[in-house]
Amino acid sequence: MLEHTFIDEAPEAGPAVSALKAGKPVQTAVAGPWQLMWAKFSRNKVALVAGVIILMLFLVGIFAEFLAPALPETARPQFTNAPPQELRLFTTDAEGNRHFQLHVTGYTMTVDQASLRRSYAIDDSQVVPVGFFVRGAPYKLWGQFPSDIHLIGPLSPNDTMYLMGTDKLGRDLFSRLIHGTRISMSIGLIGVTISLLLGVVLGSISGFYGGWVDLVVQRVIEVISSMPTIPLWLGLAAAIPLTWSPLTVYFVITLIVSLFGWTGLAREVRGRFFALRSEDFVTAARLDGSSERRLIFRHILPSLTSHILAVVTLALPTMIVAETALSFLGIGLKAPVVSWGVLLQDAQNVRTIANAPWLLIWPSAAVVLTVLAYNFLGDGLRDAADPYES
Amino acid sequence: MQMQAVKTERNQQGQAGDVVLKVENLSLDFRLRTEILHAVRDVNFELRRGQTLCLVGESGSGKSVTARALLRILDRNGSIASGSILLAGKNGDIDIAPLTERSPELLKIRGGRIGLIFQEPMSSLSPVHTIGSQIIEALLLHRRMNKQQARAETIELLRQVEIPNPDKMIDRYTFEFSGGMRQRAMIAMALAADPEILIADEPTTALDVTTQAEILDLIKRLQVSRGMAMLLITHDMGVVAEVADAVAVMHYGRIVEAGSTDEIFHNPKHAYTKRLLGSTVKLEQNPRASTRATALPADRKPVLSVRNLNKIYGASTSWVGGNDFAVKAVDDISLDLYPGENLGIVGESGSGKTTLGRLILRTVEPTSGQVTYFGQGEPVDVTGLSKRQLKNFHRDVRLVFQDPFASLNPRMTVKEVIGDPLIVSGKVRGAALEKRVGELLELVGLDPMVMERYPHAFSGGQRQRIGIARALALDPKIIIADEATAALDVSIRAQILDLLLDIQKRLDLSFIFISHDISVVRYFCDRVAVLHRGKLVEMGSAEQICTDPQQPYTKSLISAVPHPDPRHKRMMHRTRFTA
Amino acid sequence: MLNYVIKRLIYMIPTLFGMSLIAFMIIQLPPGDYVTSMLATMADSGQNVDPEQLEALRRSYGFDDPIWLQYWKWITGILFRGDFGYSFEWNRPVADLIWERMGSTLALSLASLLFVWAVSLPIGIYSAMRRHSVGDYGFTLLGFIGLAIPNFIMALTLMYFSYRYFGQSVGGLFSPEYVEAPWSWGKFVDLLAHLWIPIIVIGTNGTAALIRILRANLTDELSKPYVITAKAKGLPEYRAVVKYPVRIALNPFVSAIGWVLPELISGVTITAIVLNLPTAGPLLLRALISQDMYLAGSFILLMGVLTLVGMLISDILLALLDPRIRFN
Repeated sequence: MLEHTFIDEAPEAGPAVSALKAGKPVQTAVAGPWQLMWAKFSRNKVALVAGVIILMLFLVGIFAEFLAPALPETARPQFTNAPPQELRLFTTDAEGNRHFQLHVTGYTMTVDQASLRRSYAIDDSQVVPVGFFVRGAPYKLWGQFPSDIHLIGPLSPNDTMYLMGTDKLGRDLFSRLIHGTRISMSIGLIGVTISLLLGVVLGSISGFYGGWVDLVVQRVIEVISSMPTIPLWLGLAAAIPLTWSPLTVYFVITLIVSLFGWTGLAREVRGRFFALRSEDFVTAARLDGSSERRLIFRHILPSLTSHILAVVTLALPTMIVAETALSFLGIGLKAPVVSWGVLLQDAQNVRTIANAPWLLIWPSAAVVLTVLAYNFLGDGLRDAADPYES
Repeated sequence: MQMQAVKTERNQQGQAGDVVLKVENLSLDFRLRTEILHAVRDVNFELRRGQTLCLVGESGSGKSVTARALLRILDRNGSIASGSILLAGKNGDIDIAPLTERSPELLKIRGGRIGLIFQEPMSSLSPVHTIGSQIIEALLLHRRMNKQQARAETIELLRQVEIPNPDKMIDRYTFEFSGGMRQRAMIAMALAADPEILIADEPTTALDVTTQAEILDLIKRLQVSRGMAMLLITHDMGVVAEVADAVAVMHYGRIVEAGSTDEIFHNPKHAYTKRLLGSTVKLEQNPRASTRATALPADRKPVLSVRNLNKIYGASTSWVGGNDFAVKAVDDISLDLYPGENLGIVGESGSGKTTLGRLILRTVEPTSGQVTYFGQGEPVDVTGLSKRQLKNFHRDVRLVFQDPFASLNPRMTVKEVIGDPLIVSGKVRGAALEKRVGELLELVGLDPMVMERYPHAFSGGQRQRIGIARALALDPKIIIADEATAALDVSIRAQILDLLLDIQKRLDLSFIFISHDISVVRYFCDRVAVLHRGKLVEMGSAEQICTDPQQPYTKSLISAVPHPDPRHKRMMHRTRFTA
Repeated sequence: MLNYVIKRLIYMIPTLFGMSLIAFMIIQLPPGDYVTSMLATMADSGQNVDPEQLEALRRSYGFDDPIWLQYWKWITGILFRGDFGYSFEWNRPVADLIWERMGSTLALSLASLLFVWAVSLPIGIYSAMRRHSVGDYGFTLLGFIGLAIPNFIMALTLMYFSYRYFGQSVGGLFSPEYVEAPWSWGKFVDLLAHLWIPIIVIGTNGTAALIRILRANLTDELSKPYVITAKAKGLPEYRAVVKYPVRIALNPFVSAIGWVLPELISGVTITAIVLNLPTAGPLLLRALISQDMYLAGSFILLMGVLTLVGMLISDILLALLDPRIRFN
């Protein structure tokens, strides 16, 4: 039989561990939920970078007039479909010495007599000096503050600098892209706000009253979410009268896009709401005598907000893509409004793209970068939304 | 219990008592995000043919991972740091520790020479395959059989584990089985290839006590008849006393004491073993029985009385072919609670005990019946209260929850959690609130300094104390404790029970203590009501119910409770109840 | 099982009703009616219109009826006579125009669905089993990019590359010489050569989404006790994984039809417009721009019905696959 053995040592207070990384221990005992979430979120470096990118895109949108070298609608008919000019750092003078001088090189234009098509070639001999905080075309920042200082631009206002090329009317794509950022980023934000309002209001009405109200709302959600979105958007956007002002169209498009974007949010809110309602700690609060309102605002919503934030972030790119697609098809925003979708309208067919690929590349890159950044950020937020799960 | 002599087709090589598996200096490491957890350190033990070794310990002691390491099914972040696992064979020993994950030797050992059953009978079988197909698969893997033979053998195995109508049940899915039946199917699967060693990892923890007794009987019987060595992992000293030949006690990754069952129970040497046994054995008596008259004065007035309470689920018919099949969760229950009394409500899962608690609080609306509360002033008809009046009732009658993790809002500090009922009632605020929360924390044995912390900084036992402090905040008259100690380790459990008894002495409180655990109820309660399928089966003093039950169901229930003394095994004189 | 199917069918009715309301709303939405816009066109071109003739037109189309009566006439026409209304632009009944286009829409959606499944299943399993490996990270990154590129941008890009490097014209489903030709091996090969771009374009988003879902689901399932049971039984790892957790993780795969299909049909619509494929998309856009609303509304209604049928099929498949659903 087994002999009786024992270890005659003082019993230990805890399991044995050895540290992998030397780091300051997080004082989690008194750390609030947002602190813990931040700690969890900031471990995800990709999401962090994505967040910075989104922030920068918003800054670009906010200060578009200042950041753009030219006005979005300024057309130079002599430079139609001109290719991008490269930004260079050094010039070589006649003696062969290199000088630091920010510049772009000019074009030489040739006209093919048979097709009457212009083609441009980069001409190294023409130097267009470029500088920061230069005076250029006058603008009003946010339509309020007159100025003519641009972050970057040719030193002489008569010179041209097309970092991303020009479109068929000879407008600077770079400036238009920066202005498009304002519209495209804000349409997502406004759209998601409307969606959120609809989603939270209908979701909580549905969750609160239950019964037939819940049933009707759930049916409506089901109908909307099982309809293919693009045909629906098309159907509604096509009904916008051509006579409406660009601003009205902008808001109606946002409304249309969000009208079908709220279902996911409502479903998420309702689902989480119901799950939380049956949590022990909510029952406990009810038995503590909390009113229904206190229950919702003190106990349920604080647990919900971080999740809502993540869902909203993940819903944003859908809105942006929706606007882009509608405008691309010609039934969304229209000139003179500039959005990424409006820019892509110029890249409708293969021939145009083959002739001026930058018209497709840059606006597409902006859309993809934004969507990618939102997705990474949203994923990071979702993972950090519940800091208490193991 | 008669010992059935089931012949197995395999010839038993070797003698009972031969060492079949020897674990030497086994250490397991788990790589966590910022640290390495040495979950198991220098563990040594042997498994012998026909004998049972129990690995005992509380949660986090490393007992389960030790068992899993024997089959090399650790989680991805775990690894064997050192040591060897020697499996005896005809051609010498095989060391399992250095085998690679995909080696055919290892696959042959898994299921073939070592069988495993474990805790979660609900999730340890695939829900989308039939029971039969999962057992047949094990047979085809390890024994040379064609499909027909395997099917016939599977039916035979199901018969051996006492599943009725095995030829029909073989084609059923797991969700059509009860928990006990699933565990039987699981045992059949583990035994399919006729292994030499059976590892049972908390095989009965999730089961009701009567089912537990039957499963333990079954395992023991099969083990003896097949001459298997068994490694049983459990936290329950009662189970150990029932089935073990030898015991190893684990504490924070080390075996602190090992020996024969009798030695461990009657001559424990290590402080931890003593403590573990102490808190288990302590729960075997009622500390109040001696200090308090068991006979109730005839003229005592109840503080709460329940009359003909009913709750029927699923009675309403829905319009699209819904089932009008009704379940009587609580069936015509009447009982009284007296001031200063601890009333236990005992029953197995599905007995309606939790529903009864909720009905009294009206978080679930009763179908019919009456609950009357005799607080200050006029008696209150609880079933007729409006939502607003119910709030006053809820101040006097409080609930303590089972799950110490789910019942505290993780986003509120301890001060906010405990202070919430105080704020809602509008009684105190500001500095007075802080003072009151501090008092309550001291009352439940916590340092008032911790009130700024969040619940995640506390252990399960500490959280339960916080939950109790919240319940006490409004000076209640009655506390309904719903399985309040079920989620806690045995040593913590005793502490919490003592705390409640202590508080009761200081404040004028009555308890309704809902539990599935007979020993806890026996320790804590004056009177006990036994529930079975929604009906009140028997009611009496705790001592009478536990030592001299009258009704057949109560008898079977009490006799199924394992007794933490290897010299007095309950299994020997168990009564069965067939409804 | 039969009960289950009948129940599902009954549940579909209110949803169908809601969809028909939306489609009808879109038909009614543009200001004025076709007669008015016809008047405008004719006035532009300097023709004189007889007001009485116009009034007669209006009456015959029921434009003066109350809105609910118009809906009633419209929906009963569809349900009992298969009459979807009249296309004023094409001067033909809508029913003559839609079926062929809806057929090709369905075919393209199904082909894309098959593509989505065929690609996401192996990658999803691989990613879940080899979590945090280089391959997993690679696929995850690809998936993120796939999710981020809108259909029409991808279509334009592929079109550009194909034009630039293969010199292939990628519009339509056939090269010009095969469009009118009878079916032959050559035509089939030509179809495949044209089909890969739309299928990749339409399928990429869904594939990326499904890989993520499968990976997450499978990761959950892999830590379930029944996987340990299977391993403890002596099953080799990949067999234990394929037989048990993959089988259960297939549920979201099948139920994906429900949410992938609307996306695919959406994707087919816009991709077809860009690539000029003979599906419902280009015709719908044209109908919308010219306010040929009965045609547009019918397309939108039928696309909705198509996804609904897809969901029904996915529900039935799910019940076949998972006994837990079947038995409840």
